[in-house]
Amino acid sequence: MPLIEYREALNQAFAEEIERDPNVVLIGEEVAQYDGAYKVTRGLWKKYGDKRVVDTPISEAAFIGMGVGASMLGLRPVMELMFWSFATVAYDQIINNAGQIRYMSGGLINCPIVIRGPANGGTNVGATHSHTPENWLAAIPGLKVVSAANAYDAKGLMKTAIRDNDPVMFMENTLLYGEKYEVPEGEYLIPLGVADIKREGTDVTLVSHGRAVLTALKAAEILAAEHDISCEVVDLRSIRPLDEETVLASVRKTHRAVLVDENKPFCGVSAQISSMIMEQAFDDLDAPVGRVCSLDAPAIYSPAVEPFQLPTPDRIIRKVKEIC
Amino acid sequence: MPKSAATSVDFAAAPVNATLSKEDKLGLLRSMVRIRRFELQAAKIYNAGKMGGFLHLYNGQESVAVGATSLMGDNDHVITAYRNHGHALAVGMSMNECMAELYGKATGCSKGKGGSMHFFAPDKNYWGGHGIVAGQTPLGLGLAFGLKYKGLTGAAMCFLGDGAVNQGCFYESLNMAALFGLPVIYIIENNKYSMGTSLERSSVVDKCLAQRAEAFKIDWAQADGEDVYEVRAVTQKAIDRAHKESKPTVIEFDTYRYYGHSVADAKHKGGYRKEEEIEKYKKEHDPIQLFKSHLIAEKILSEEQFEAIDAEEKAGAAAASEFAEESPAPTEAAIFEDVYFEVDRQTEAGRTGRHFFNN
Repeated sequence: MPLIEYREALNQAFAEEIERDPNVVLIGEEVAQYDGAYKVTRGLWKKYGDKRVVDTPISEAAFIGMGVGASMLGLRPVMELMFWSFATVAYDQIINNAGQIRYMSGGLINCPIVIRGPANGGTNVGATHSHTPENWLAAIPGLKVVSAANAYDAKGLMKTAIRDNDPVMFMENTLLYGEKYEVPEGEYLIPLGVADIKREGTDVTLVSHGRAVLTALKAAEILAAEHDISCEVVDLRSIRPLDEETVLASVRKTHRAVLVDENKPFCGVSAQISSMIMEQAFDDLDAPVGRVCSLDAPAIYSPAVEPFQLPTPDRIIRKVKEIC
Repeated sequence: MPKSAATSVDFAAAPVNATLSKEDKLGLLRSMVRIRRFELQAAKIYNAGKMGGFLHLYNGQESVAVGATSLMGDNDHVITAYRNHGHALAVGMSMNECMAELYGKATGCSKGKGGSMHFFAPDKNYWGGHGIVAGQTPLGLGLAFGLKYKGLTGAAMCFLGDGAVNQGCFYESLNMAALFGLPVIYIIENNKYSMGTSLERSSVVDKCLAQRAEAFKIDWAQADGEDVYEVRAVTQKAIDRAHKESKPTVIEFDTYRYYGHSVADAKHKGGYRKEEEIEKYKKEHDPIQLFKSHLIAEKILSEEQFEAIDAEEKAGAAAASEFAEESPAPTEAAIFEDVYFEVDRQTEAGRTGRHFFNN
């Protein structure tokens, strides 16, 4: 199977969906002539032209709202936010318009839009560019939230997101764009709401999403090699809808859980997962659920320090050893 | 402020109005009367405690919604803000479905999920009904983008109030409308007050608000909103520009609301505006009375006929209230319907994973 970069996998998803459905249109800042700020849309404007790949001015509120309005008429806009952090200036359009239009119209209006872009810290760009808003968005009934940890998942989930008839918020990661992974040639889809066991284990379940899955996998390797602890790593892939069964089945098997989350701890995704495990698998637990989140402060710039603000293998190992 | 009779143009003679049949003209009048009667009934039930939330009445502005929407062709679309009952009725939504929505009943246009500010009828190219001030302006841009993308000859009319013009997303939308050549028409209904703040206290005005479009090289017009003929004549030019040149327009109609920002706005009389001002508008600038006089002068309407139309629409509004009162409330289960398309349709996607997180 070919090894391709995460960005190339997304690029393939866009190209395939543009060719499949004439209503699919890519819209955002620098997505066309510049080939994308992170080159995720490289070559697509040259191949598909002005109609299907549209550059916008720096006007997130207007262009995200424009995408929502166009989706109401049946288009399937795939909107790039150069950083998901910039969603703050388009929040009304995302939350109130994309998120509520179907409900407030009693189901008369659909909003089949995808809003996508990188949502991560760890690149020394300071607090305003380092938000991980999957928890903010998953808190809104009406929105769906997806987070892909590798190129294979990114392509399959993106194609499904584009075909979904509800608004899907797709979280990518600048630190993953250049990471390679095996991606089969040709079409495949990964459903939303289905988690993936990235590593099987028996002693403790590590629940994660996005790049934190890779951090959890590194910790799992060390724990197996040096501490004789067998970790099962569950990648949520989709935050809302959420595959509770896979998480709960794993916890019922291992009887322990550590949640690894690049969200901040307060009302982060891991807080929801923790509550779910407590409510539905309390009797299966042999230890309290542990959490390893980004440290609870704005993202620090300092290149020397920022890596330690995100979950690290060391912090995961310490937490696992506390409860195992 | 409205122009004096001496300076006014005879908009009845404008081509778009000269071709109107007698029935068309009576239809415009009836539509305005319907809105007036619907709103009076709505105020009544609001004050009787039969509906919840806010109620933003359109009385005094009827000619704007009726005039502009009467020009819609198959590919022309409308979107507006929260003072939206007039636009909804003008595009042909029934008083029953609108009144039932106010009552929060399952028979309401939005199944009782939207309320007063959120009426929708996509089958009539009517896209709401939006509660956040100016939040609908990028959506109007998107409707126009969709029309152009699909290669359809149409226009998106996006209404907003004078209080909405100072929101950033409106200017972002104007820039993109001009940049992309989108057939969107922003119609500012300037009723002089953004809630309790007068135009003078909220906006820097040179000639008028629409003039701000010049900064984006967008054609603009300012006109009297009280004359339905004038509204039609001015709006038709913008529709032509949208259809033929795929270009945006900003129109500002001077108009006036007789009631407060919402019915809960107790300070509108003698507070931020004088009672005499309200009375002056009702007496001298009422769109229904003005059009009625027009039609009587044109000898296509009599006092008696007007009274009959008024009585019919009043009865229709009362009947709509009865319909609403007799209608069932939504079920509690309906809380979870219409959130996700895929869940409602029970597609494979809708059956995969958990979508709702109730204990």
